[in-house]
Amino acid sequence: MSTLEIRDLQVAVEDKQILRGVNLTVKAGETHAIMGPNGSGKSTLAYAVAGHPKYTITGGQVLLDGVDILELSVDERARAGLFLAMQYPVEVPGVSVSNFLRSAVTAARGEAPKLREFAKDLKAGMDALSIDASFAQRNLNEGFSGGEKKRHEILQMELLKPKIAVLDETDSGLDVDALRVVSEGVNRFRASGETGVLLITHYTRILRYVKPDFVHVFAGGRIVEEGGPELADKLEAEGYEAYTKASA
Amino acid sequence: MGLNEKPLSTLHEKASYELADFAVPTGREEEWRFTPLSRLKGLHDGTAAASGAVNVTVDAAPEVTVETVGRDDQRLGKAYVPADRVSAQAYTAFEKATVLTVPREAVASRPTTITLTGSGDGVAYGHILVKLEAMAEAVVVLDHRGSAVYADNVEFVVGDGATLKVVSLQDWADDAVHVSHHHAQLGKDATFRSFVVTLGGDLVRLSPSVSYTAPGGDADLTGLYFVDAGQHLEHRLLVDHSQPNCRSNVVYKGALQGEDAHAVWIGDVIIRVEAEGTDTYELNRNLLLTDGARADSVPNLEILTGEVAGAGHASASGRLDDEHIFYLQARGIPFDEARRLVIRGFFGQLIEKIEVEELRDRVMSKVEAGLAG
Ligand SMILES: Nc1ncnc2c1ncn2[C@@H]1O[C@H](COP(=O)(O)OP(=O)(O)OP(=O)(O)O)[C@@H](O)[C@H]1O
Ligand SMILES: [Mg+2]
Repeated sequence: MSTLEIRDLQVAVEDKQILRGVNLTVKAGETHAIMGPNGSGKSTLAYAVAGHPKYTITGGQVLLDGVDILELSVDERARAGLFLAMQYPVEVPGVSVSNFLRSAVTAARGEAPKLREFAKDLKAGMDALSIDASFAQRNLNEGFSGGEKKRHEILQMELLKPKIAVLDETDSGLDVDALRVVSEGVNRFRASGETGVLLITHYTRILRYVKPDFVHVFAGGRIVEEGGPELADKLEAEGYEAYTKASA
Repeated sequence: MGLNEKPLSTLHEKASYELADFAVPTGREEEWRFTPLSRLKGLHDGTAAASGAVNVTVDAAPEVTVETVGRDDQRLGKAYVPADRVSAQAYTAFEKATVLTVPREAVASRPTTITLTGSGDGVAYGHILVKLEAMAEAVVVLDHRGSAVYADNVEFVVGDGATLKVVSLQDWADDAVHVSHHHAQLGKDATFRSFVVTLGGDLVRLSPSVSYTAPGGDADLTGLYFVDAGQHLEHRLLVDHSQPNCRSNVVYKGALQGEDAHAVWIGDVIIRVEAEGTDTYELNRNLLLTDGARADSVPNLEILTGEVAGAGHASASGRLDDEHIFYLQARGIPFDEARRLVIRGFFGQLIEKIEVEELRDRVMSKVEAGLAG
């Protein structure tokens, strides 16, 4: 059973301190929601954990099953079992979805999947997320709508089977049908009870489909309040004002 | 039009078989300003004496006639008149020319390969004529390898309704110097497909040009180059639309890596007054993989008629996008492979357009090897 442990994480972007000591532990079988206002540093947390070069770690640790992944390269972190569904997936011209996924699955498993088996898994994964088969031949995220990009992030997660998935606003920009489809994907992923989910969101909408065990309120680069699912309802009713004032 | 004070249409007017009609370039001329003359080994100033260092062999399809002819053969130089000093030098100095003929309505059953092998450090001048008579079809490969200082002119005469597909592979050894003109003359409704791949050589300067003698001609010029440290690879394209309702499409892409890797791409397209209904597009993209590499890209489009079907150009040089690499790495793909995927993506379907499968694989593995090195 896996555990992601974020200890006193401090992160700067271009000499500007964004994260000011984040402490959070996500265990397999648990779903955590992080909610917070725009600019509070939620994506910074996600990117820093994944290893984006733009973010400088100025203090703290991130342990995956006891190993400090801050020492690892981006791809090593991913192969260690960490997945980040990005808020704004980038378009990669010239690289087809199927080619990309095959490379990613090969990297994750340490060997190339059998072609037929891979094609079958891919088709099943795409069907489950209502993604048209023609997307396999398209260039990665190129010209995809916001909702299509998000579905593909979930498709990747389901194919790569990470230990811990960080979903950065996977719900934003989705219509009701897409939200349901994506939520079902997340629920399939966590159904085994052997994976942990860290769900970053603004809205309680997705939490009606994907029930969190813990809710953390993020403001000013740190977690300012924690609680159970009921905390999300409180945020829905009262907004973030109380927290933004306090952290300013 | 940048530094070009004169219109393109007049810039290319100078053409002559006589060496004396061209002054020795100084490097200040518009057409020579990117080329490091000191590395031309005398091809430009008359000091490079021929020693026959390039061996030409032809493996032809049965439908194709192959001849080796002398300078006096009347068919030579009909389609193309040298347009610069080195071209005139080559025309004045070549001893034997290779002539391929595809008879009327003949369809070559397999590619014809002309292999040009440099045998060491010597100078050679060459001339090739590929002539497709009306309605003929053929695939011709020019495969340059080995080491040489070589200047040549290649004429492609594509008859009415004929289709010629050419792959020219510059896969020279590291120290080779090659200056070459490839001219295609398209008859009525003729189709010309050129695929240029330039990988090796210390200095390669290749000038592909296209002219039309009747309406309906259709030319696709595709190029791919991979420039390593210290290499100067230059491609100078000229499409001269002088007939109505012809089409041209130019796509050249290159990747550069290493100190003083230098790519030059000049894309000149002229649409003359009489060339109504012309449809043309040209594109050059360069991917700079490291610091110290430089790409000069100059598209020039001169439109002299009001009646074009389409005319456009684009040119862009940029670095590998860190966000692309990050995304792929975030899915577990190691850095080197992520880089390869993105670069392969950059060249995209380009490589798949190479007509001959073995060449496709060879180019792919060369590019991959270049990336690894
Ligand atoms: N490259 C950068 N240069 C300067 N500041 C940056 C840079 N990237 C992010 N920031 C700043 O860091 C802060 C946190 O940004 P982050 O994207 O982590 O917020 P967020 O909580 O994800 O916001 P949102 O809800 O809008 O997605 C913001 O003030 C942002 O402007
Ligand atoms: Mg964000």
